[in-house]
Amino acid sequence: MHIIVCVKQIPDPEIPSAKFKIDPATKKVVPPAGVPPVISVFDERAVEAACQLKDKNGAKITVISMGQGKVADVVKHALSMGADDGITLQDSAFDNLDSYGTAHVLSKAIQKIGEYDLVLCGRQAADWDSGQVGSILAEMLGIPVVTIARNIQAADGGLRVERVLKDGYEVVQAPMPCLVTVSNEVGLPRLPTGMGIITATRKKIPAWTAQDIEIDPAQVAPEGAHTEIVKLSVPIRDVQCEIVTGKDAGEAAVELAVRLRAANII
Amino acid sequence: MDTHKGILLCGEIEKGRLAPITVELLGIGRVLADKTGQELSILLMGSDVGGLSEEALAYGADKVYVAENPLLEHYHSDACTMVAADLCRKALPSILLLGNTDIGRDLAPRLAGRLQAGLATDAVELDIDPDTGLLVVTRPVFGGNALASVMVRNVRPQIATVRPKTVKPAEKDTSRQGQVIRMVAEVASSTLKVQVVERVEEKVEGVRLEDAEVVVSGGRGIGSSQNYEMIWELARLLEGAVGATRPACEEGWIPMLHQVGQTGKIVSPKLYIAVALSGAMQHIAGCSGSKCIVAINQDPEANIFKVAHYGVVGDFKEILPAFMGKLKELLAK
Ligand SMILES: Cc1cc2nc3c(=O)[nH]c(=O)nc-3n(C[C@H](O)[C@H](O)[C@H](O)COP(=O)(O)OP(=O)(O)OC[C@H]3O[C@@H](n4cnc5c(N)ncnc54)[C@H](O)[C@@H]3O)c2cc1C
Repeated sequence: MHIIVCVKQIPDPEIPSAKFKIDPATKKVVPPAGVPPVISVFDERAVEAACQLKDKNGAKITVISMGQGKVADVVKHALSMGADDGITLQDSAFDNLDSYGTAHVLSKAIQKIGEYDLVLCGRQAADWDSGQVGSILAEMLGIPVVTIARNIQAADGGLRVERVLKDGYEVVQAPMPCLVTVSNEVGLPRLPTGMGIITATRKKIPAWTAQDIEIDPAQVAPEGAHTEIVKLSVPIRDVQCEIVTGKDAGEAAVELAVRLRAANII
Repeated sequence: MDTHKGILLCGEIEKGRLAPITVELLGIGRVLADKTGQELSILLMGSDVGGLSEEALAYGADKVYVAENPLLEHYHSDACTMVAADLCRKALPSILLLGNTDIGRDLAPRLAGRLQAGLATDAVELDIDPDTGLLVVTRPVFGGNALASVMVRNVRPQIATVRPKTVKPAEKDTSRQGQVIRMVAEVASSTLKVQVVERVEEKVEGVRLEDAEVVVSGGRGIGSSQNYEMIWELARLLEGAVGATRPACEEGWIPMLHQVGQTGKIVSPKLYIAVALSGAMQHIAGCSGSKCIVAINQDPEANIFKVAHYGVVGDFKEILPAFMGKLKELLAK
């Protein structure tokens, strides 16, 4: 089985809110100094899901990531978890693409890779939180898609996938090749092994440009984008928290109950 | 693009009724339709949904498209994408709205791909740009740390999914009239590539989170499933539901279905008690609609105190027993 996993490098989403900064003029987020970017959370789970399939059934895992600068770092991270090959997609034409543009670039890269059985994506990127790329990509590739998976097993020549639903889950049988988007329920990502880190460091990670994957930059030019961010702001929170105190924690707790009662909340 | 007109909604049906999110979509859909002087239509897909047309009209739709087929009894991704895409190609709506629910999250991006359209997900505000007459969708990004306003350019329809419980639901007026159009929903099971094997409903213990008036949630700071018992006890005392942060679920202290947040449940109780959780924006996304938030955390700098109305700084192991003791006394009165 050949699995292609699409991963994205993002600013660390777990930084405290107080450190979060934007530039409203350029409508961009200013990454906090000294905090290295990370692999998007659900993409890391997608790598984990791929490794689980590899452990059980044997598979070759190829990781691809479109991005700028140190994007190879997230590919290396995936390699150190157990992926076999990695490719980055880097070209100034790929900067600031919307979901549709991103899916287009990924589809071209996947077509260049050629044969595959399964494409995995995270359910949504943990920066812009859109949750679109996987499904659009599947439509572009013309393959079936199963979204928000919590478990993926090889079965009956295809895949048996559990999808997260509001009040439970759904079990579906999908043929291959197909695309599955992965949710955190597949399990915590494995830690890179020492061997994995060594292999990842030694591995050559080719960087493909627009030309390499036969993309005409005009096709992904900003003028043609399907969506445009017209404004970016930080929401104003004007809640005043009433801190309830007492001579010790117990007394403060009693006072809290009294105040909630007085305010008719309980 | 002038060939595309009107607003189309994708309805959801829950236990034989229009789902709450659908009534919310009808509410915002009506507002946008009136602003732009366009027609509001809704698509209802299911095995036997025609009976809900009247209700959809009463809630403000001008037109109801009914797509009935036994294969549509439950949401099926391939089948519903086919039917909804087919309708969009025929009816050419300018705006298409869905819920940001397990259904809409799946269906909307597939439609965006298939129709080569533009999509903004998880909207908390929708408006019409006065200059262009186009839809402006405001959505939380970076876990809710920022808000982005997005417009769809160059392509149609302009698709958005709307976060539950963020827009005003429509009001019912049974005197409203409209048109009901039955579609031929041809879905051959042989064209469905993905087969649904089974659907498993997982019962949550206690009160359902979405309906609860009181929610008590615990975070990573709770430390063990044994300690989580205290959260259950407080919830029982207030006849409320039990929520959790993602780490609390992933630690296995409580089933995943209890997760509140951007990628979990959205709740809007009268009272939300947040215990030993830091208040990451991804969590707050699921509870910011609560009337009153109470925070219990030992770290006075925790973000939860920036969104809470009442707070106590300290160890929950000391605070909760005293709090519950006093509550019992007050509730007995
Ligand atoms: C894309 C994305 C989506 C996400 N979706 C969700 C989601 O839907 N829901 C969700 O919850 N999270 C979600 N997260 C995770 C989120 O970012 C945070 O990591 C998570 O909410 C933190 O959980 P926590 O507050 O329990 O843990 P922590 O941040 O570790 O906070 C624990 C808190 O407990 C306090 N504490 C510890 N011991 C005690 C004690 N004895 N008494 C009192 N206080 C104590 C500490 O002071 C601390 O503030 C998402 C993340 C990403 C990137």
